[in-house]
Amino acid sequence: MGVEGIGARVTRKEDKRFLTGKGRYTDDMTVPGMKYAYFVRSPHAHAKIVNIDLSAAKSMPGVIDVLDGKELQADGIGNLICGWMIHSKDGSPMKMGAWRPLAVDTVRYVGDAIAIVVADTSGEARDAAEAVVIDYEVLPAVADVTAAMRAGAPQLHPEAPGNLIFDWQIGDPDAADRAIASAAHVTEIDIVNNRLSPNPMEPRATLGIYDSAEDHYTCYTTSQNPHVARLVMSAFYNVAPENKLRVIAPDVGGGFGSKIYIYPEEIVCLWASKKTNVPVKWTSDRTEAFLTDAHGRDHISKVRMAFDADHRITALKVDTIANLGAYMSLFSSAVPTYLYATLLSGQYAIPTIHANVRTVYTNTVPVDAYRGAGRPEATYLLERTIETAARELGLSPAELRRKNFIRSFPYQTPVIMNYDAGNYEASLDAAMQAADWNGFAARRSGSEARGKKRGIGMSCYIEACGIAPSAAVGSLGAGVGLWESAEVRVNAVGTIEVLTGSHSHGQGHETTFAQLVAGRLGVPIESINIVHGDTDKVQMGMGTYGSRSGAVGMSAIVKALDKVEAKAKKIAAHLMEASEEDIVIENGELKVAGTDKAVPWFQVALASYTAHNLPSGMEPGLKETAFYDPSNFTFPAGCYIAEVEVDPETGETDIIQFVAADDFGNIINPLIVEGQVHGGLAQGIGQALLEAVHYDENGQLLTASFMDYAMPRADDLPSFKLSHQNTPCPSNPLGIKGCGEAGAIGSPPALINAITDAIGTNRLTMPATSMKVWQAIHAAH
Amino acid sequence: MYATSYHRASSVEEAVQLRSAHEEGKYLSGGMTLISTMKQRLAAPSDLVDLRHIPALRGISIEGRRVKIGAATPHADVAASRELRALCPAICDLASHIGDPHVRQMGTIGGSIANNDPAADYPAGLLGLGATIVTDRRSISADDFFVGLFETALEEEEMVTAVTFEAPEKAGYAKFNNPASRFAMTGVFVAKTVSGVRVAVTGAGSDGVFRHPGFEQALTSSWSADALANVSVDPSSLLSDLHANAEYRANLVKVMAKRAVAAAG
Ligand SMILES: Cc1cc2nc3c(=O)[nH]c(=O)nc-3n(C[C@H](O)[C@H](O)[C@H](O)COP(=O)(O)OP(=O)(O)OC[C@H]3O[C@@H](n4cnc5c(N)ncnc54)[C@H](O)[C@@H]3O)c2cc1C
Repeated sequence: MGVEGIGARVTRKEDKRFLTGKGRYTDDMTVPGMKYAYFVRSPHAHAKIVNIDLSAAKSMPGVIDVLDGKELQADGIGNLICGWMIHSKDGSPMKMGAWRPLAVDTVRYVGDAIAIVVADTSGEARDAAEAVVIDYEVLPAVADVTAAMRAGAPQLHPEAPGNLIFDWQIGDPDAADRAIASAAHVTEIDIVNNRLSPNPMEPRATLGIYDSAEDHYTCYTTSQNPHVARLVMSAFYNVAPENKLRVIAPDVGGGFGSKIYIYPEEIVCLWASKKTNVPVKWTSDRTEAFLTDAHGRDHISKVRMAFDADHRITALKVDTIANLGAYMSLFSSAVPTYLYATLLSGQYAIPTIHANVRTVYTNTVPVDAYRGAGRPEATYLLERTIETAARELGLSPAELRRKNFIRSFPYQTPVIMNYDAGNYEASLDAAMQAADWNGFAARRSGSEARGKKRGIGMSCYIEACGIAPSAAVGSLGAGVGLWESAEVRVNAVGTIEVLTGSHSHGQGHETTFAQLVAGRLGVPIESINIVHGDTDKVQMGMGTYGSRSGAVGMSAIVKALDKVEAKAKKIAAHLMEASEEDIVIENGELKVAGTDKAVPWFQVALASYTAHNLPSGMEPGLKETAFYDPSNFTFPAGCYIAEVEVDPETGETDIIQFVAADDFGNIINPLIVEGQVHGGLAQGIGQALLEAVHYDENGQLLTASFMDYAMPRADDLPSFKLSHQNTPCPSNPLGIKGCGEAGAIGSPPALINAITDAIGTNRLTMPATSMKVWQAIHAAH
Repeated sequence: MYATSYHRASSVEEAVQLRSAHEEGKYLSGGMTLISTMKQRLAAPSDLVDLRHIPALRGISIEGRRVKIGAATPHADVAASRELRALCPAICDLASHIGDPHVRQMGTIGGSIANNDPAADYPAGLLGLGATIVTDRRSISADDFFVGLFETALEEEEMVTAVTFEAPEKAGYAKFNNPASRFAMTGVFVAKTVSGVRVAVTGAGSDGVFRHPGFEQALTSSWSADALANVSVDPSSLLSDLHANAEYRANLVKVMAKRAVAAAG
């Protein structure tokens, strides 16, 4: 029958087109009359624009037009916005400085867009961009948060004195102080979470098409959430009303968060298409991507964790400063607050938690969500701290964690989250067994005999996925709801189209979503198409980020399928003169339970469209829509163990083994889940060992290409040992939690704990490059 | 990339002639450095004279213990040559660790040494072997050829046609990769040649590839990794960058030198 339902290791339906070069990405789109855009960008991190002279550029060969921010502003195009309101602890709203799609009087980071050139070829556009003459008055710049907060630091926005965007807190500061004062032991540690560049394989691109006959715009773009892009461009940037703007996100080659946001380029290309009356395409090059894609992480924190005499955690107090870059990106304010501090309880019963978070402007590209978004920062902080505490207390890191695990559910943390289900010990035990934790001592002596330093480290992470429910996030400041939509369209011959508001850019939705339908109806997976990414085809949806497409997106499909099945059963009952309650759907047939009476699925579909013989009063057709708003977040959790061998002569770290024991609840497709974990681990290991964005003191980006920004490669990684534990999620119909970010969240602290265990000193920051490890070894001896 | 004119030369003479005819022209070999520099608009030669289709520039020939490698020979061919491996495996190993398979198929020994990137591998190999660089007009010893950062003894329009060297008694190369680019953050080539022990260091010197007399003396008195134990490396003339400061590089120079000796056997 070829049914490949939930739980089957189905190879990805979409891979044939990706692996044979037949994917259709934004840059592959060509339309008649299309021209090419190049953006003139600021070479300075901070400067006043004294004058812009476009005249020479406009007369260059092939140039259609050169447009700047004054014209954009005159046409009423709005500023970019941050869509999540955060209030400081004094009650004042966050201080959002103006971000113009094309800078008019001030530039605030290297790469800030100033003008757009539209020309016959991309080469001519670039040639003309070099002929744009801009007089700058260079201002002092500041790239690092500590410096940006000092008195006398360069000021980025008049709206934000002292460069402070907000000073926010969660939890009870006095209770935390009291618990710390009366603790038997307090562990203190400074934590730095290094700044990362997302680097999806496909750089950003956009194609803006204005149709003057219809006064209508089409925007092809590399987006994770085309409907949100349309909403924001309509409601805030005044590009066009929603009914006059179609946004299409075709095949998208990875996002990792960086393609959630609306950037200046989409807006400007759409506007430029109208101004020039030609379709305008822009594709970022790699250095432009390093300069202008939203970066991730970049926190510094001071942490205190208090213990009683029995080694139970009594309080956690955290003071964090987060760098948001030069402007507030779309969800930048949510990342270091509600996606971060709400996870600071980890897997542990901590009666009192207080976190203070200050966010700061610097002359760097905006910082926003990147795979994990806030949760990797929380996990790294917590898991480094508890590991340090275990060392200080002379306890085994596993036992200290075990002692403090939350064991009964639901569990209300002091920082908003209500954990619905989990079994943390199961993952810990599975990971320790897979890693042969008990055999480590012998392996360490083996390494010592070869002159190597061996270490082992763990991390017990929890994260919150399927971000929602809408009412809850609304009350916390979100500008949008976080539900998801689905439409199930059964064709007259029984084949099925599922229109989803989720967007696939590497997650494999075309396979997993089809598995859900195939399993429910017992029809072949080939008969199901998943349609996404086009606002003209698909009903309003919220897109893909925060590991939400399974838990929220598929739940919407479940709801739509429920409705389709209910109607199909009515039709089948009518056709077989049976009672609706007796109809079951199995193996592509609707059967009368306990008899051999059956009608095939396609026949029911056909009957619904011929409408010759339907129950009286029934509407023809078989197509249903559902919107699903979850009742809670989901809480994937797990235990990761890294074992490393450090070469003391060079400081080089070799990952001997990496174990990941994850509880994602029910799993739709183990093959895809493993792929998601592998990818996440690669990024987490990249953060721990290799990756870091560096700006110099003048705000120039030093890591603007892969020559200097170290991405993990296959030979930097070991073979991963994966296992899954399963406590089904009670908050959605499929019992699934989400798996897209766990690898990136859980792995960095496991590695740093392992390396610091190996070298016998705790002073080490990410990325733990061979030089830093070598220096740490030498500083310690 | 700015507009440029492409010329395919079929002989050394034609190439030199074409190059002389265009003041702002450049030789193009594998293009692994030049083309990407042009794409970034950091180089804008008016004309490119492609050397890859000149048969005389391509291939490895061996006479007795004398090795000659044509300037347009790609790294992959050096890495894969059995005849060369039988005489001097160290240079084959060095070539096999340059970049990735694509780079090794395209990039050439002539292009690499003409470019003289301070983190490139061949400069260490050729300086360590005491090789001779043959050009369209003269022969230059490796000691004279590598002048500084991206700087060589080549004159404008002068073309490398081949490198030659006498197979060493022993040689070894140890490279510590830059984690991002995988060029040498430090690479050390050691050789016991007919004219004595030579140790050449790449990736580390603030003035490009250099020989290390202290190591050479120590290895002359005793060819063993242990002989290097008490020889110090002065960090003051070494590079400091994002990935490695001078102190760390000094350490790597010593560790890689020991490993190169161990590899040489
Ligand atoms: C991703 C990547 C990784 C790399 N990794 C490494 C590495 O690990 N180690 C390493 O050593 N190198 C590395 N390289 C560089 C590589 O080895 C190149 O092959 C080399 O730098 C240039 O050689 P080419 O043949 O490509 O020369 P081209 O790029 O064609 O030319 C380079 C320069 O030399 C000049 N030139 C070329 N041939 C001659 C000649 N016969 N006479 C005079 N002038 C000439 C050209 O005019 C140009 O100025 C890497 C390159 C890339 C792209």
